Order: sequence, then structure tokens, then C-alpha cells
Amino acid sequence: MRLIFTIAARELKTLFLSPLAWSILGLLQFILAYLFLTQVDAYAMLQPRLAALETAPGITDLVVTPLYGSAAIVLLLIIPLLTMRLISEERRSKTLPLLISAPVSNHEIILGKYLGVVTLLLIMVLMISVMPLSLLAGGELDFGKLFANILALTLVLASFAAIGLYLSCVASHPTIAAIGSFSALLLLWILDWTSGLHPGYNAILEYLSMLSHFQNLQSGLIASRDLCYFLLFSATFLLLSIHRLDYERLQK
Amino acid sequence: MATLIQAEQLSRYFGDHCAVREVDFSVARGEVLGFLGPNGAGQILINGIDLLDRPREAKSQLGYLPDNPPVYRELTVQEYLEYCAALHRIPRPARYHAIEKSKRRCGLESVAGRLIGNLSKGFQQRIGIAQAILHNPQIIILDEPTVGLDPIQIREIRALIRELGSEHGIILSTHILPEVQESCTHVQIIDQGSLVLKETIAGLERHLNTAALTIRTRDPFDFRRLQSLPGIDNIEIISPEHCRIHHDLENNPAAGIAETIIASGAGLLALVPEKKTMEEIFLALTSRQEAEEPCA
Repeated sequence: MRLIFTIAARELKTLFLSPLAWSILGLLQFILAYLFLTQVDAYAMLQPRLAALETAPGITDLVVTPLYGSAAIVLLLIIPLLTMRLISEERRSKTLPLLISAPVSNHEIILGKYLGVVTLLLIMVLMISVMPLSLLAGGELDFGKLFANILALTLVLASFAAIGLYLSCVASHPTIAAIGSFSALLLLWILDWTSGLHPGYNAILEYLSMLSHFQNLQSGLIASRDLCYFLLFSATFLLLSIHRLDYERLQK
Repeated sequence: MATLIQAEQLSRYFGDHCAVREVDFSVARGEVLGFLGPNGAGQILINGIDLLDRPREAKSQLGYLPDNPPVYRELTVQEYLEYCAALHRIPRPARYHAIEKSKRRCGLESVAGRLIGNLSKGFQQRIGIAQAILHNPQIIILDEPTVGLDPIQIREIRALIRELGSEHGIILSTHILPEVQESCTHVQIIDQGSLVLKETIAGLERHLNTAALTIRTRDPFDFRRLQSLPGIDNIEIISPEHCRIHHDLENNPAAGIAETIIASGAGLLALVPEKKTMEEIFLALTSRQEAEEPCA
């Protein structure tokens, strides 16, 4: 168990030793801050009209939910870049034998790597969440909904990272891992766009699509159906990654 | 001597390509086993033997240096060794001591604070060895440890291997014959994945001797005069100052030859036993096998 943290700590250290983590954190914050300010502006313009409505949506619905929604999409583009080097870079720079010949089991390697990336993602979620909290200076927030949004974003990012890690195990080159995980994520994201066209497949496509689960959680409805989807999703790809390393070791 | 590692009927396939075919070997403490083979003979694949049942216990007794040192270029030497110590489950209090010891043995004290990526190949190789001996394993596997080093570094590394060999069992994989002669106690030669020779170093020396002497003199000398000495089979005269003598393996006539030439005053310049090269041993061993097993 301690080894998982050792590997995670080294992974995180490598991320922060290169400019990658810093530049991604900076750019992400910049883009999301811009989107956030546009949303706040729009809200300020709408406010007089909203006041006339009886069940008007609050600032949490109009500013916070869209912010987390765009954060998920921006990170869908970014996470493949973070996860691509996890295993394939070790393989390319021939450092994988170090891990494999050490008394470390494959699940510790995979979980350590995963934990390292997820820690970075949690730092991102934390930094994003500072923005809605700044609204407290001039208004009130629906904390339940804010929590639901944070949870939704965390879960969706953890799933992104798991699939990225798996593709990094499979791919021989980091770039291929990045392209692969980006395509897979995009496909899963847009899967239910066609749901109106083929009513028969509706249920399946909607269940598979990440977007619908993400939006369910975002709306404040924390259902076990959606939680299970994300947890199973991450667990499946982590297991596949472990399996992949096992296979490589025993390759016949 | 306790046997530290034992492999029986070890085979390894990559797809249809058989890299290692039914090789047996064992290593005891204080032995340095050299695996000798031409490039790509498959000698690198010894890692992972019989580690299937209890991999963690087995692997904690194993130090492994692949042909490319597995170093993280973005870490400093100290950070890297600390990480390796943690990976090998060295308890925290013992870690400092283990790292200092392995840095001292590999001569890394002066570069401990530098980034590995900025160090030379020789240092990276030594970091690789430092990593392999860090947890004081019973068995150390070194895969071509002196590739890409300059002659001084090669000498240092070979000395280090000999020193390590006194306390640990070492498996050394290489295609360089002098390396085996200098560092190993036992040698196995692998060709096309099959074992063709299993010998001690003294036995290898015997294979290397061809029972031939090359003689050079300062002044012309009638080499036929040597024919009467015991043990001489055949004299091949190349020039009046240069000849080649084939002799009996058990009855080396070198001393008698030297005395005769010196007494004649022709001036003995060289009396050299001829040695086979790696390639010749190889050819001899592999062609002999083919002759014995024509069906193979």
C-alpha cells in the first residue's frame, strides 16, 4: 500500500518538474476564468428580468453549472496529454524494467500512477471551485448544488484518467496514447447525440454516454445509478490496465 | 555453498521465435556466471525465471540492470536512489545507510545532487548498478554492463563486478569475451537460444588454448632443430625468423624451445601461445554440435 503512494508521489513530482503541469494549470485557470466572467456578466444583464419570475433559476444554476460543464469539456481535451506518458513513456525510456524487477506488483504500479494523476486533477478541481466560492462576496450560493457539481466533475475526470491510463499501457508511443484516449473520450461524450433518431437504441446509448450521467449529477440529483456508472467505468479501465501489464510480463 | 538461483528447462518464446530453449543453470553465492552469446542470441531474457509462485519474495532477492540503465532523467541521483530504495521496500531507517553505501561503491558521491539527464553514459551505467545493489540482493543480473563505456570506466566496472561477486551471486550477460574472462567464475554460451557450453573459467581457458605456439627470433634460426624436443607434433615455418609449432596438449614444449633458441644465440623475441577468438570458439562449438546431431 505504501508503494502506491511512493509511485504516486514520484509521478506527481515528474509532472511538476516539467513545465507541463504548470502550463496546463495556468492555461486552464485562464480559460475557465474567462468563461466564468462571461457567465457572471450574462447573469448581471438577465437579473432584472429574472426578478420578475416566480421560480427563477439562481446564480448557481446560471453561472456555476455551466462553469463545471465547460471545465469537463476543456479537460476532455487536456487529460489525454497528462495521461499519455504514464506507462508508454516508461516503456520508451526503458525504465519500466525497474518497476517490473522491483518487488512491486502490477496493481501497485497502476494504482500508483493513477493516484498520481488523480491528485493533479483534484488540484485542478480545487482551483476551479475557488471561482464560484468568490461569488459569496456579493451573493448566496446553493451549496448542495455546488457540491453536486464538484462531485460530478471529480468523477468524470477520474474516468477520463482511467481510460487514458489504459491507452498509455497499450500504446507504444505517448502520442498514439493521447490520440487514442482523446477519440475514445470524445466518442463517449457525444454518444447520445443520436438518441432522438433511433428510439430503440435510446436507453443503451444514453446509459453509455458520459454526458447524460454527468448532467444528471450536475443538476443536483445524486443517484447511485450515475455514481455507479463512473465508479465502474474507472474500475474497469484500471483492471484492464493491470491485466495488460500482467500480459506483457507473461507474454507467450 | 547454497544455490541462490536455479532454472530448469527454461524456455522463452516471442511469438514463434524461440529465444531460449530448455536452458538449465544455477548460481551459488560467490559465483559470477557469464552468459556469452552473439548479439541477439537471447541471453537477455533471464529475468522473470520461476518468479511466478511468490514473485514478491523472489524479486526482493533480485537486482537487475537491463542493457539500458533504467534511470529517470529528470530526477537527481539522490532522488532516484531514494525512489528505488522505497520501491525495494527498504525500511525508512535503513534507507539512508543503504543509499550511502551503494553510492560509495559505485563512486557516485560527487554527483549525488546532479540531474541524471545531465550525466554521462558511464555515470548512468553506474547509477544503474547502484540501483541494482541498493537492497543488497542475493542475485544481481547485469545485462551488458560495460556497453558504451570508455576503457577506464570499463575497468572500474569490471573491478566492481568482481568485488560484488565475492558476496553475491551474479549473472552477467555479455558478448565480450575478455569481460567474461576477467569477471566471471563460470560461463555458459548460448547460441540460437540453446546452451552450447557450460564451463568454469579454467575450462574455458582450456577451450581457448589451441596447442599452438608462435615463435619469432631476431636472427634466422633453423627451426627444424626443435623437432627432437618432446611434445612437438608439427613445425610450420613461415619465414627464417618466424614459425608456428603445434604441440601435444599435455606436454607443453615451450620451456625446451626457449632454452634451445637462447642457447643458439639467435635471440628469442616472442614465444606466444595462440588463443582462439570468441568467434572461433563459437564456430567450433556450434559446428561440432551440428556434426553430432545431424537431425537438428
